[in-house]
Amino acid sequence: MNKLIYLDNAATTRVAPEVFEAMKPYFEDLYGNAASIYRFAGESRKAVENARRTIAEFLGAKPEEIYFTGGGSESDNWALLGIAESMKNKGNHIITSKIEHHAILHTCEFLEKHGYEITYLDVDENGLIDIEQLKASIRPTTILVSIMFANNEIGTIEPIKEIGKITREKGIYFHTDAVQAYGHVPINVGELNIDLLSASGHKINGPKGIGIMYIRNTVKIGAFIHGGAQERSRRAGTHNTPGIVGFGKATELAKDKMEVRAKYETELRDYLVERVMAEVPYTKFNGHRTQRLSNNTNFSFRFIEGESLLIMLDQKGICGSSGSACTSGSLDPSHVLLAIGLPHEIAHGSLRLTLSEETTKEDIDTTVDAIKFVVERLRSMSPLYEDFVKKERK
Amino acid sequence: MSEVIEYSEKVMDHFTNPRNVGEIENASGVGTVGNAKCGDIMRIYLDIDDNEVIKDVKFKTFGCGAAVATSSIATEMIMGKTVQDALKLTNKAVQEALGGLPAVKIHCSLLAEEAVHAALWDYAQKKGIVIEGLKPPVNDIEERE
Repeated sequence: MNKLIYLDNAATTRVAPEVFEAMKPYFEDLYGNAASIYRFAGESRKAVENARRTIAEFLGAKPEEIYFTGGGSESDNWALLGIAESMKNKGNHIITSKIEHHAILHTCEFLEKHGYEITYLDVDENGLIDIEQLKASIRPTTILVSIMFANNEIGTIEPIKEIGKITREKGIYFHTDAVQAYGHVPINVGELNIDLLSASGHKINGPKGIGIMYIRNTVKIGAFIHGGAQERSRRAGTHNTPGIVGFGKATELAKDKMEVRAKYETELRDYLVERVMAEVPYTKFNGHRTQRLSNNTNFSFRFIEGESLLIMLDQKGICGSSGSACTSGSLDPSHVLLAIGLPHEIAHGSLRLTLSEETTKEDIDTTVDAIKFVVERLRSMSPLYEDFVKKERK
Repeated sequence: MSEVIEYSEKVMDHFTNPRNVGEIENASGVGTVGNAKCGDIMRIYLDIDDNEVIKDVKFKTFGCGAAVATSSIATEMIMGKTVQDALKLTNKAVQEALGGLPAVKIHCSLLAEEAVHAALWDYAQKKGIVIEGLKPPVNDIEERE
């Protein structure tokens, strides 16, 4: 097996050694239940509240506005279902976009079955929503706008500030799924007029199974998990103290390194994009060229299929992901790639590579060489490529 | 979101070392099935001699690991066979020969069967003969599922 080149950091990341060290005591020695009365448990409680403070400061929020959850998907579910329930007397209309994560889209589909009306905003070829369409979609019955901060597949960063301005003016709650953006780009919930925000620990070198929801203290929303007084009685369940501590530590590290890291990743990202676009013919680059996450790249290679590409890259020790149907277990390729206007057959041949601060230039060179080899090989086996070449010759 | 797909060793072998990839110039029969929209296209070329024996088979496939593997093994299974024997190739036999396929990939084996049948149909059309038991190819097999 070759050296592992991990380029799927949008899927998950390595737990940073500092994070792991910070978590350890809360497994081994300080295992007390943060909700118990004795002093031993007080250590756990203190750790939970420290992490809450760190995260709140990072977002420009108050500590009591941060709720710990089981992860990004739970936070997304809570935001939609919670507001749908608490605001049902005002209306039944929610606005979101066509390129949201399935944690949002499938929850919206669930709500549609229960009488809610959902508007799915279009995006342009770069994956950006249209502010004018958002404005035009607002109804007297609109209770929530939920637009992701940055897209998980193509990395495009949405115009969050402009959205927040509109929702604030109209008095509509604004939720953003910031799972991919948190810790990667500066976020201030006050300046951006965000009312609810989802984030996850494992995307920023923290542990899996821990997330947060920021809920502005003026937002009306009920409990999501019933059964205890934890998290101001809104999210019951014994605190995942090691996870919470880990998320806090990861946030601290992300905050300190954000600028340096973004600069490093952007340079590497652009180098990767330039090489691929120059050296692999019939390739399309997906997503906004500059208004995108510093670690995200997404390509479509014509005439080939993504799963084959992934397996062959895997055999060379390279981990990536694809929006092809075969990797999603359905017949349709990625909804995001279709929403930016790619035809099915081109969407099937997509490859997402997401870098980290540990990625090196050598890794990128090895990867590009591997892509060139694999794409050429798959094209030599492709009837679509055969037809294309014969047509070109005529 | 996604279901994890695990392939048998045999599938991986045929995917990484596909047999009989390529084209046959002036083939006796060529069949193309599937569609790019669904992400699978298979094309099979046959070279059939006067005794109705398949002397050579080649394939090209656009698709996932299972699509490549099913086409590869299908070419092996009909190589040197008579037209009548090749017609008996079933998707079940393709699956078994590969040591099984993940549930979501079963359609790939059906596609391989269809591709062979489509190539045989083309051969029959070119020769102006009727092959007992051979039906005209379905362009989009997904419609049939």
